[in-house]
Amino acid sequence: MALKHQPVVIKLCLLTAAMFGFGYALVPLYDVFCDLTGLNGKTSTMAATAEAAIPDKQREVLVEFIARPNNNMPWVFEPVVHKIRVHPGEIHRIDYLAHNITGRSMTAQAVPSVSPGQAALYFNKMECFCFTQQHLTAGQQLLMPLQFYVDPALPEQFSTITLSYTLYEVDAVAPVTAETATGDNNE
Amino acid sequence: MSTVTTDPHAHAEHEHHGPAKGLKRWLYTTNHKDIGTLYLLFSLLMFFIGGAMAMVIRAELFQPGLQIVEPNFFNQMTTVHGLIMVFGAVMPAFTGLANWLIPMMIGAPDMALPRMNNWSFWILPFAFSILLASLFMEGGGPSFGWTFYAPLSTTYSNDSTALFVFSVHIMGISSIMGAINVIVTIMNLRAPGMTYMKMPLFVWTWFITAYLLIAVMPVLAGVVTMVLTDKYFGTSFFDAAGGGDPVLFQHIFWFFGHPEVYIMILPAFGIISSIVPTFSRKPLFGYASMVYATSSIALLSFLVWAHHMFTTGMPVAAELFFMYCTMLIAVPTGVKVFNWVATMWRGAMTFEVPMMFSLAFIVLFTIGGFSGLMLAITPADFQYHDTYFVVAHFHYVLVTGAIFSIMAAAYYWLPKWTGHMYDETLGQWHFWCSLISVNVLFFPMHFVGLAGMPRRIPDYALQFADFNALISIGGFAFGLSQLLFVWLVVKCIKGGEKATDQVWEGAEGLEWTIASPAPYHSFTTPPEIK
Amino acid sequence: MAIAEKTAVGVTVFDLQFAFVQRQRRSHVARTSYLCWSLLTFLLAFSTQSAEMPLNMTQGVTEISQQVYDLHMKIFYICCAIGIAVFGVMFWSIIHHRKSKGVEPAQFHESTKVELLWTAFPVVILIIMAIPATQTLIAMEDTSEADVSILITGSQWKWHYKYMDHKVEYFSLLATPRQQIDNKLSKGENYLLEVDRPLVIPTGKKVRFLVTSDDVIHSWWVPAFAVKKDANPGFINEAWTRVDHPGIYRGQCAELCGKDHGFMPVVVVAKEPADFEQWIAQESATQAAAKEAELKLLAMNMSKDELMALGEKTYMGYCAACHQPNGMGIPGVFPALKGSKMALEDLPAHIDIVLNGKTGTSMQAFDKQLTLSEIAAVVTYERNAWDNNTGDLVQAADIAKAQSK
Repeated sequence: MALKHQPVVIKLCLLTAAMFGFGYALVPLYDVFCDLTGLNGKTSTMAATAEAAIPDKQREVLVEFIARPNNNMPWVFEPVVHKIRVHPGEIHRIDYLAHNITGRSMTAQAVPSVSPGQAALYFNKMECFCFTQQHLTAGQQLLMPLQFYVDPALPEQFSTITLSYTLYEVDAVAPVTAETATGDNNE
Repeated sequence: MSTVTTDPHAHAEHEHHGPAKGLKRWLYTTNHKDIGTLYLLFSLLMFFIGGAMAMVIRAELFQPGLQIVEPNFFNQMTTVHGLIMVFGAVMPAFTGLANWLIPMMIGAPDMALPRMNNWSFWILPFAFSILLASLFMEGGGPSFGWTFYAPLSTTYSNDSTALFVFSVHIMGISSIMGAINVIVTIMNLRAPGMTYMKMPLFVWTWFITAYLLIAVMPVLAGVVTMVLTDKYFGTSFFDAAGGGDPVLFQHIFWFFGHPEVYIMILPAFGIISSIVPTFSRKPLFGYASMVYATSSIALLSFLVWAHHMFTTGMPVAAELFFMYCTMLIAVPTGVKVFNWVATMWRGAMTFEVPMMFSLAFIVLFTIGGFSGLMLAITPADFQYHDTYFVVAHFHYVLVTGAIFSIMAAAYYWLPKWTGHMYDETLGQWHFWCSLISVNVLFFPMHFVGLAGMPRRIPDYALQFADFNALISIGGFAFGLSQLLFVWLVVKCIKGGEKATDQVWEGAEGLEWTIASPAPYHSFTTPPEIK
Repeated sequence: MAIAEKTAVGVTVFDLQFAFVQRQRRSHVARTSYLCWSLLTFLLAFSTQSAEMPLNMTQGVTEISQQVYDLHMKIFYICCAIGIAVFGVMFWSIIHHRKSKGVEPAQFHESTKVELLWTAFPVVILIIMAIPATQTLIAMEDTSEADVSILITGSQWKWHYKYMDHKVEYFSLLATPRQQIDNKLSKGENYLLEVDRPLVIPTGKKVRFLVTSDDVIHSWWVPAFAVKKDANPGFINEAWTRVDHPGIYRGQCAELCGKDHGFMPVVVVAKEPADFEQWIAQESATQAAAKEAELKLLAMNMSKDELMALGEKTYMGYCAACHQPNGMGIPGVFPALKGSKMALEDLPAHIDIVLNGKTGTSMQAFDKQLTLSEIAAVVTYERNAWDNNTGDLVQAADIAKAQSK
């Protein structure tokens, strides 16, 4: 009798294990899904390469920049310009000011979010301070660059893109990366 | 009097080996009937514990202002009420019914894996002891809602989260073991001639439910594990600061959560499909379409999870997809309701308590279905979402749906379990008190929700006061009415009119061919199905 | 008037359907009829007496909210019609096809024709429902350029509004006094739906809301606009509205966000564009002046009484939700301040945690939420209230010094 049950039981146990794995697989799947559909306005964490996109001079898109330190992050963090009008395909560079006003060294990570979410697919960052962690010593100020272009394929219905950064404190666990980040940014 | 024994199974001892004596019988039992009884009694206990928490909630909400409990404790009550009712009352009750009935319905001597069956029950009391014990720790128990949205359940919760996660793991393991047992039993132990399309619908719906359980309980186990590692081990699945996304939590949770809703209602469909034909004295209308409808509801349940999260911000295309899929579920569900009505049509009906609960189920579950359909409409959902309209909706499908079907099942099979007829007058009293109070309890919630009262709040604006008082009165009355049920069950176990083997005039199925009460071992030689 | 009428119709249908179910039942079980009847009278009495609570979804004050309302009613009526048909057949059968009438049960158990029909028919109804729903949804997601953009940030348990094109930003907190919640004072008309500083928007203009959160998930909801958007930490969400009539519109946080989820209302005041311009100009000036005044304060010393009075007010508004009015906190969740080491001994750490918060906990940084003098006062208060009696006085200048450290 038990022998008769064994194959079914084994198959069901495998199915259970597979579904447990699937729960975890949903994490990368979700990222893929976000990349495809622009769900939740996630942007790529990789630098985009400047394709030979021909700027579309006929069209203008308003790009707004929001920068917020999270509420237990005591830095000053704001974009130097708050909004610009761009032609899709044009490469632009803007700076963000970060100022560690506390009396200790801190490491921060900026998390980007784009609204409307689907526009995130067409917002390409070639260089961004959000790709790495930023380390600032006590009282240090830093201008952090963002270089981007809006893909000319951006659907017509989008006329405004809002890019928001939330700045979080990172527990200083990776001093090596922090150092490299500092080195890069002491311009 | 000496002929009336208090133990319904006592006479089974004359057979080759009957139940052991005392506590050991229950601790070591591998008998599907004993385990079924344990599950049912456990779920009844949990129903009252979860119900007591609902009473605390309704007492606090009886009047505006904070009177009885602090908001933090109120949140613990709503959270643990939800967890207990879902995982402790409804699911174990259905598993208990499955244990009692599936072997008897398919002509099997027992469940396929009896020792595992013992385990899957006996780990449950530990799971719920852990969950309930967490209420007494410093800072109280889980207070983030039964949906435990991150980061409220991770960064912003107290250490009861660890206990919560552990207890959900145990509940999940129990459910998965129960589901494996059901599937193996149905696949391997059907009596000769019992083809799949001859199985009673209760067996069919449980077969599908068991697959749903195996598909989604591991996902729940995964998501609670992620919560645990996010809180204690430095991972960032749901923490934006570390590159995670709190909305991802909701996607994974509801990928489990929506099929879970059907886990709690598909067996109910099976129960109603057994009872309505009996008391209509007419075969079930559209057996095959019932099977197909159940399967398609189960399949669709994997495609609609995001309708719980329309307000989280989604691309229009995604919103439309989930809206259309959700609306589609109305079709197979409608087919079921139409089939039940067609079964009654030109039957010869009588209205014993199981039938009364089934009729109430059909009407009130359908009302819950209508509000579900309204909730599927994305633009309107922006107004309904997270208000009492939602609370009304899911209590109509879970209380007057799942719980009423469990009540109906208990009344329907009690004579077979105990060998005695239950007290019909008392049963009718229980039914009518429940029916009226449950509607006083949940119907006004529709209005309160439409008027704009959010759910999960311990205090509310003055305009909601009158209706909340009314709802609380309904709540207390419904809670008290359930004591009648306990009284009735105790009475029925102790004695009463002797039940015949068939019990109900129109009953059909293998379980009605064996003695009442069902002997400790039934179908040791499989019956022959024509 | 129109609103009231339509609401009444909606309610009547709802009640009728309910009554219908009840009445059919009543006809065959006599002994419970009295109970049912009294319930019905009770329910109907309620719907007439409590006139202050609308019994239906609001029609709101925007084109979108009106569309949502119409959609809601359309689907509600369709559901009622289906319900009446299905339950009608069911109860007809219950009355006529009962054993006590001596009927012989029929034995039919399937009919492919009928089954196909009642599979196809609902599909048609669903398509009829889906068309207007799709249209409304697409209208709601119109992302064309807005006239005013406002960044809304939720945090435990308050909202923060920041006008993107003006130097105006502020927190909006529950204004209902604690005594009303604790039933020590009688409750005001807008109990739990009132804030100290409402959001102000112009009428007739497209106002865009960018919604985000600083800690857990909140949800910004104003029923009159049919706007409900989740505030997700680290992500922004977008919603918009165009309000036609000036007025005060109230809503609440709709997503469970912890202990005081029930106590973070949303109040929006819509003003004529001219009034709005005037308001925002004045507000910019006031906020700029406040910053200057803050600097002047550095030179001044406040007396203990002043510090304690301002400190108590600030504490009750910003700190008491977690640390409790008596400073005892909630064991295991929020630490006590009364008798705590930090409040009794370590002054620099005390100022630091109020200024900068503590990562990974609910303790927010109040540096940008409160003025220097408020922070000084609240620290003084925490060190002297509830028998803490350290005698420490903290001045705005001390806070400024700590900031620049």
